[in-house]
Amino acid sequence: MEFLNQNLELVYFVVFCVFIGIEIIANVPAILHTPLMSGANAISGVVTVGAVTMLMQLSSSDYLNLTLATIAVFLGVLNISGGFFVTGRMLSMFKTNQKPKS
Amino acid sequence: MIAYLEIGYLLSTLSFITGLKFMSHPKKANLGNKIAALGMILAVVISFFAAYTKQIPSTNLVLLLVALGGGAWIGRYMSKRVAMTEMPQFVSLFNATGGGCAMLLGIVEGHRLGLDNRDALTQVLIISTIVTGALAAIGSMVAYGKLAGITKDQKNASVIYASRVLLASIILFPVLYHLGALQASFMMYLYLILALSLFYGFFFVLPIGGADMPVVISLLNAVTGISTALTGFVGDNKIMMAGGIFVGAAGILLTFMMCKAMNRSLFKVLAGTFKKAGNVEDKGVQVIQEISLSETALQMSFARKIAIVPGYGMAVAQAQHVCAQIQQYILDKESELNYIIHPVAGRMPGHMNVLLAEANIDYQFIKEMDEGNEEMSQYDLVLVIGANDVVNPAAINDENSSVYGMPIISVHQAKKVVVLKRSMNTGYAGVRNDLFDLPNCSMLFGDAKTTLEEILKQLKMI
Repeated sequence: MEFLNQNLELVYFVVFCVFIGIEIIANVPAILHTPLMSGANAISGVVTVGAVTMLMQLSSSDYLNLTLATIAVFLGVLNISGGFFVTGRMLSMFKTNQKPKS
Repeated sequence: MIAYLEIGYLLSTLSFITGLKFMSHPKKANLGNKIAALGMILAVVISFFAAYTKQIPSTNLVLLLVALGGGAWIGRYMSKRVAMTEMPQFVSLFNATGGGCAMLLGIVEGHRLGLDNRDALTQVLIISTIVTGALAAIGSMVAYGKLAGITKDQKNASVIYASRVLLASIILFPVLYHLGALQASFMMYLYLILALSLFYGFFFVLPIGGADMPVVISLLNAVTGISTALTGFVGDNKIMMAGGIFVGAAGILLTFMMCKAMNRSLFKVLAGTFKKAGNVEDKGVQVIQEISLSETALQMSFARKIAIVPGYGMAVAQAQHVCAQIQQYILDKESELNYIIHPVAGRMPGHMNVLLAEANIDYQFIKEMDEGNEEMSQYDLVLVIGANDVVNPAAINDENSSVYGMPIISVHQAKKVVVLKRSMNTGYAGVRNDLFDLPNCSMLFGDAKTTLEEILKQLKMI
């Protein structure tokens, strides 16, 4: 309980994020589930932010951590770039040309 | 300095919400994707400037720029080359990179935390990041291998046993460590958990069968999100928490939706089991009627309202482009042709829609299962192409069948059904399909693509 009281703001933040996450995708039609998953996957690449910050804070003689953090940045950016580009490619194929027939 | 960081993160969070929200309509989805991508670039750029000082060694900056540039370029290059049929394994592969990134970050955080730190909460967060990150990374790699046809399903008992023992130890060791019963330094404990998690990720996905893959991909996606959020808690970084939680919550919801569409409990999918059909033999030999190519073409030219129910078999045969040509022909004759798609058709949720979109089939002709079922009796002719279990009426009528209770496309209610199939083999569930016995159902054997090409040729002659 003490922990909850000290971090009440954080708890609110987490609960709201969970609700938003569920709410915004609850209405996505089945037709767009693949782009949705691929887009969500790209968003989880936000972990790169942590990797970038980390890499900049490390000492330049700390070779082990430097290597690991560099690989982390590389993987994270790969996730972002591949994810958004391929989602865009899929979505640009969903188009409607003809007018709906009555 | 901190002010612009917080505002920038807020903008990025809003862009992620907008991006996901716009996914609810095909017209806005592409714009939403661009907005989310811009938000992501903003988040990375402001994080860079917030952490930048003159004291940062040039080695670090060079490494950073090389990793950023290389990753962005390779990601773009790969995304341009991937074929739409390979989309499920591609998404898995990128999910693995996200999980890998979170796992490595957890390890570096662990190294920096050092031996003396006794802050139990931070230790728990770091270990959780490593467990989820490793699980997502290795699990997604195995899923990638399976979807690409490199790895085979391993359903023997030893694999399932190993996976349960590993899961138990991943829960047990942290408890022992924090109770002080495990005499080891934090680093030793960290590497032990890392190794266990890597093995668990491997054994966890290995026994899961082909048709359950949509559930697994979706679940692993959620795990990567959770891992990202945990990393955000370690570094007290709001954008990572928000992004990670969105993806985690959305992924878990999607996982349950997939399970519901297949009438499988998540637990059973994860346990790698499938209820075997009890009385397959009891009903005797199936009496089926075959139909010829020209007869099918003739019926198609007379039908006013036609539906196509595609399954993964159609994608394997690359028949979607011929379907588009047939549709054009039918529409020119002022008849109607719709596609009815089961939620789990294909190798990942919504995969079939992407394949049809690639063949330039307008999404207004694509009906979801419920919509299609409502007006099923109005259809003069339904073509089932490469789908099997999802049109089996036993799911409604036969309580003893292992597919009983699964939501299906009730094609048996249409006036006439033609099933395009390679052979009489059963589908993934291994159940006989009661549809084939029905008087309004005929079978047309052969490769989907060649058959449809022949039908198109004949249609043009009529």
